[in-house]
Amino acid sequence: MKQRGATRTLLVAALYLAVLLVLGNTLIPFIGPYYTQVLIFIGINIILAVSLNLILGFAGQFSIGHAGFMALGGYTSAALSFYVLAPLLAGFGTGGLISAISEPAALAVSLLVGGLAAALAGLLVGIPTLRLRGDYLAIATLGMGEIIRVVILNTDFVGGARGFTDIPRWTTFTWVFLLAGLCILVVRNLIASTMGRALIAVREDEDAAAAMGINTTRHKVFAFVLGAFFAGVAGGLQAHYLQYLHTNSFTFLRSIEIVVFVVLGGGGSITGSVIAATVLTILPEALRGAESWRMVIYSALLVVMMLTRPQGLMGGREFQWSWLLPGMKKK
Amino acid sequence: MIRQMVKLNWLRGLALLAFALLGVAACSQNENVIRIGVFNSLTGGTATFGISSTNGIKMAAEEWNAKGGLLGKQIQLIVEDDQSKPEEAAMVVTKLVNQNRVAAILGEVASSRTLAGAPIAQKAGIPLITPASTNPKVTKVGSYIFRVCYTDSFQGAVCARFAVQKLGLKRLAILTDVKNDYSIGLADYFKRDAVLLGGEIVSEESYSEGDTDFRAQLTSIKGANPEVIFVPGYYTEAGLIAKQVAEQNMNVKLIGGDGWDSPRTVEIGGAAVEGAFFCNHYSAEDTSQMVRTFVANHVKKYGYVPDAMAPLSYDAAELLFDAIQRAGSIDGAKIRDAIAQTKDFPGVCGNITIDAERNARKAAVMLQINQGKLKVYDVIQP
Repeated sequence: MKQRGATRTLLVAALYLAVLLVLGNTLIPFIGPYYTQVLIFIGINIILAVSLNLILGFAGQFSIGHAGFMALGGYTSAALSFYVLAPLLAGFGTGGLISAISEPAALAVSLLVGGLAAALAGLLVGIPTLRLRGDYLAIATLGMGEIIRVVILNTDFVGGARGFTDIPRWTTFTWVFLLAGLCILVVRNLIASTMGRALIAVREDEDAAAAMGINTTRHKVFAFVLGAFFAGVAGGLQAHYLQYLHTNSFTFLRSIEIVVFVVLGGGGSITGSVIAATVLTILPEALRGAESWRMVIYSALLVVMMLTRPQGLMGGREFQWSWLLPGMKKK
Repeated sequence: MIRQMVKLNWLRGLALLAFALLGVAACSQNENVIRIGVFNSLTGGTATFGISSTNGIKMAAEEWNAKGGLLGKQIQLIVEDDQSKPEEAAMVVTKLVNQNRVAAILGEVASSRTLAGAPIAQKAGIPLITPASTNPKVTKVGSYIFRVCYTDSFQGAVCARFAVQKLGLKRLAILTDVKNDYSIGLADYFKRDAVLLGGEIVSEESYSEGDTDFRAQLTSIKGANPEVIFVPGYYTEAGLIAKQVAEQNMNVKLIGGDGWDSPRTVEIGGAAVEGAFFCNHYSAEDTSQMVRTFVANHVKKYGYVPDAMAPLSYDAAELLFDAIQRAGSIDGAKIRDAIAQTKDFPGVCGNITIDAERNARKAAVMLQINQGKLKVYDVIQP
């Protein structure tokens, strides 16, 4: 049985990649840069929402410093690309085939390093702060996010208060959704593992989980580090898409926005995070016609949704193939 | 089973709604108008600047439309809000360029947001004029990016020249807001030029936007015994700093940048800001015909005396419309060339000549606070 599950996952992954490649070459040139940009932000927000859901929804740790990790990952990968990888690539020359291979490779390295930097920061702040609970943890992570932001603001090497310009544009639709898919896959499989079950136990009752022999701090730190890694990757994707970074993009309001994705989608539901991130990215764009009422309508919709579905859109449930194919029975 | 079906329909409905809304957003376009894109912060942290700037642009467009429009067509402004966020600025500029197919773009007051939007306009070959982004990097983005205000470097140099040459004061101290790129830029160029002109920087201290107590820094500055303290920050702190300087009984002249331009400076500073100088783009109390007409029209239309953002944005829009008229076309490259050739364009904030770096060469005014009013003390030519 286990073997079959792995084969199916591989098959789905291969199919997903093929669809992305086809879409990237057909749909994207067709819909134009604006809709592409909306799609790319949907992808980035999905990564942020799903990774925070791991910390907030599954492990139950109220972190509001996600934008800080995003900033750290974004700036690290941007600095690496700008100072090391881009000059290196320029040395290779910019033929059609050369850049078709070297740019994705450089982006992959850059995103990995950005993610690792964010993960390392997650580890360093996670170990002391995750011993705190509830409100105290929230405040500690809020402070951590602001510290990262202010440190970057005062680092001239990455542009400081003037912002980081001229970052190479390597992010594409295919990359964003490939990583969003990877993020979903990792979190989904983690939750189904012993580690994931332990995380959920910690969320439900930390004392009971500890009594059952779970090393609660270690598990919480693990979720925190993995979440931070993906936040860093999302930051890197944003940096290589906008070609410009400024610390104003990573204030605690951005963290709150990601918390909103998770809470609205339903804590503990990956499907919910994906839907909420998608809808809440499209909504402000779709409401542009309403001009100055736009943000009022947006906020009012949030209030209405929370009043009518306080458990979030999905309320902890996940997407099942059987919804689409009613004939298929769950075994 | 039924429960699952209900769930499915509900999801489908949500997806449909989202796509329907997106469809409505991409509305039809009229070809008998010239579309000009405007992006500004109408909400968020610096909403006052964005609203003020947009009002100035709207005024210019209405005046042109009343006179018969541009190239025989009416000007249609498409105003988008970026919520004071850089990534939103990139989003709206992409929208203006690709969905609305605007002929040119006016916007952003803040350099961070112009920098996020400018590469998109540059790549699409759509001219962009920023009314008030002073960061030198902005116009370096490319050949389609212009500005009608002076840069941080010019303003810093003007303040240095004013202090050292006009006032003849050589012992200078600087108090910078380290959280603010504008403040850091001004301080850097002030320092460079002051030293070149024979001044001496005796003390450098810093604070962070939002601070309210500056006594520690001021005590240290006092120890260095300066004749001038240069405070290149925003009005929110400038008034408080002036008050605390007065408490310390320091005999110094305070000099600031255009960030001081707000009634709040005098409201907060009171007697302590009397006699202080700051560099600005224009003075609402200027007696020239152009400024008087602009201020009168603005008051009539919006009911308040404009800050510097409104006339700068008005100038940016006027300069753009004039360039489109001269180009005789809404082709991006032709408009770009026409803007680049602008010489001695009469603006509310002084005559504008666009230089080879696509920056505006124009005079700066030094204002002095005199019995709570702003008086033009000196006009410094480039």
